[in-house]
Amino acid sequence: MSAASRQPRTLVEKIWDDHVVTEQPGAPSVLAIDLHLVHEVTSPQAFTGLRRRGLRVRHPERTVATADHSVPTTPRNLPILDEMAAAQVRQLETNCREFGVPLHGIGDPSQGIVHVIGPQLGLTQPGMTIVCGDSHTSTHGAFGALAFGIGTSEVEMVLATQCLLQRRPKTYEVRVDGRLAAGVSAKDIILNLLSRIGVGGGTGHVFEYRGSAIEALSMEQRMTICNMSIEGGARAGLIAPDETTFEYLHGRPHAPQGVEWEAAVDRWRTLPTDDGAVFDRTITIDAGALEPMVTYGTNPGMGLPISSNVPDPAEAADDQRRRGLEQALTYMDLQPGQPLLGQKVDVVFVGSCTNGRISDLRLAAAALDGRKVAAGVRMLVVPGSDEVKREAEAEGLDEIFRAAGADWREAGCSMCIAMNGDQLSPGQYAVSTSNRNFEGRQGKGGRTFLASPLTAAASAIAGAIADPRRLPGIETLAAVGGR
Amino acid sequence: MPEQYTTFVSGVIPLPVENVDTDQIVPARFLKVTDKEGLADALFRDWRYEADGGLKEPTFVLDKPAMYGRKILLAGDNFGCGSSREHAPWALVSWGIRAVITSSCADIFQGNALKNGLLPIIVDPERLRQLFDLVAAEPEVELTVDLDSQVVHLPGDEDLPFEVDPFSKLMLLQGTDELGYLLGKAAAIDDWEATHPARVDTRPKGAAQRPAA
Ligand code: SF4
Repeated sequence: MSAASRQPRTLVEKIWDDHVVTEQPGAPSVLAIDLHLVHEVTSPQAFTGLRRRGLRVRHPERTVATADHSVPTTPRNLPILDEMAAAQVRQLETNCREFGVPLHGIGDPSQGIVHVIGPQLGLTQPGMTIVCGDSHTSTHGAFGALAFGIGTSEVEMVLATQCLLQRRPKTYEVRVDGRLAAGVSAKDIILNLLSRIGVGGGTGHVFEYRGSAIEALSMEQRMTICNMSIEGGARAGLIAPDETTFEYLHGRPHAPQGVEWEAAVDRWRTLPTDDGAVFDRTITIDAGALEPMVTYGTNPGMGLPISSNVPDPAEAADDQRRRGLEQALTYMDLQPGQPLLGQKVDVVFVGSCTNGRISDLRLAAAALDGRKVAAGVRMLVVPGSDEVKREAEAEGLDEIFRAAGADWREAGCSMCIAMNGDQLSPGQYAVSTSNRNFEGRQGKGGRTFLASPLTAAASAIAGAIADPRRLPGIETLAAVGGR
Repeated sequence: MPEQYTTFVSGVIPLPVENVDTDQIVPARFLKVTDKEGLADALFRDWRYEADGGLKEPTFVLDKPAMYGRKILLAGDNFGCGSSREHAPWALVSWGIRAVITSSCADIFQGNALKNGLLPIIVDPERLRQLFDLVAAEPEVELTVDLDSQVVHLPGDEDLPFEVDPFSKLMLLQGTDELGYLLGKAAAIDDWEATHPARVDTRPKGAAQRPAA
């Protein structure tokens, strides 16, 4: 410990050292977990496993559950139409009751996407280890927590022991300096990173996002970036806690209070990476040079600045890559060399754990205010949680969306994963603020362009992929996000 | 709990596609199951079947009769990227796949696979290309996967060594699992918790946080 504390360490190394319970040569470390988030899709088999072995949940008070993936986003008084989804939600309720795990289920005012409600309730705090049976757990890294997705076998391990077996990850510095232009946002930073390193570029590593452009971001924008770390192959991505973090957390229901708050902030201030600490890898991005980004292919690494043309497979570096690109363009039905701008779209989706928070909705609403969604385009706006929904309605954002011709829905994952009936029809094109554009992700045969909320709104108005920098008054408009 | 992982001989199912993601391995609409069994049907579902339920034309590699019973999948780089869902290895294992040979695997997928009796064998990209060539030239070729010695035996007495995390290897060979190992560390966990107070309490605080009904 003493040797370790004298050497300069990175943020993730500090959190790691702080949570190692025991280490045995040849075996992975036993790592203590501070917070375990549970949802209906990846937990049923884990609870079954506990029953089979006659085990209890070791710390139900460090565990919290919500139903998000398969819940419908139609009005909540309608029964869940899909029998299998209903069974899964009922199963979660039974499991939570039997094992004493707090549940924010349907009808609870705190219900929502697991990665939206954790921060909202103040459960997500700097320096913690946080896991969930969902790969976008990396979202919580925005608070300077080591947060990563786990599989169902690991969900069972954490339920039973509040620990996990893990190997020390490598560190990857993502340095973003400079100032973003109006209309360019956090989503564009992460899509740019992914387009440069590819979907496997961060495998085995944990990203730490730093630099002046990151420090200037709000908490919600930081969450957008950390959310998509997994899309680069990194299980986690972190940002050092600072005044922005503390301000966001202060007063939230589960955040420390009074003297405990002061003590916690003092502890959190020791977390940022020490001067002189060494990362295993580094990449730098010039924020000032970024354009809005949009994906053209079938993985999140296939992204381009919005003014670009679709790439030509003939120019690919090798055979496998050429085949991959050909397959993607065939699926997307796009022509090499065609401009991305002006590509017609059928559906626009604003929502998900990437961009379904209040500041995202404010931006989309500001762009749509007094305008109309183009004829023939279906726009869905799905808040990330019930609280986001209430907040948006209190600000009148729902009215703006409805007046523009968009569909305003209940909270949930919705069209991000298309498990709940919100989905694309085969062949349809969507601009989506979610995080994955895999084949069929948003409905069988559906084609996804990933982009920011501003790009999504601009595209809804145009009925085609459109550059948000050309929205009238973009300078003032881009400043409405907050938080 | 997985079975003991023993040496086996098998033909190879070639899938020369890069970045095969978990949404392709098991489409999301099959995630609503509450048990693990029966996911073989969902494996690569949208690559195998038309919307009307008929097999695609041409048939996907898995459904070619010559492929039945093969336990080795030869796949392009970055296999298993995407979500943390364990449904992907469950589906592969329930189809009968026991090893995936590729040039890299997504982290979470790799961990999930090892926990479920599926062995990811990582070879360098050049070697992967040679293996695809070999299978193209000799579709019936059989390989022997020997986890204990960490080699794949190729025809002509050639051996292809591979790395595997020693701890995962032990678990696989013994057919035990990580939860059993962790439960054995209960005393160390008790000690650690005695000096490390909880960071957060997830139980509802005050009326505002209490469930509505
Ligand atoms: S919004 Fe999408 S990515 Fe996020 S938790 Fe839900 S399904 Fe997963």
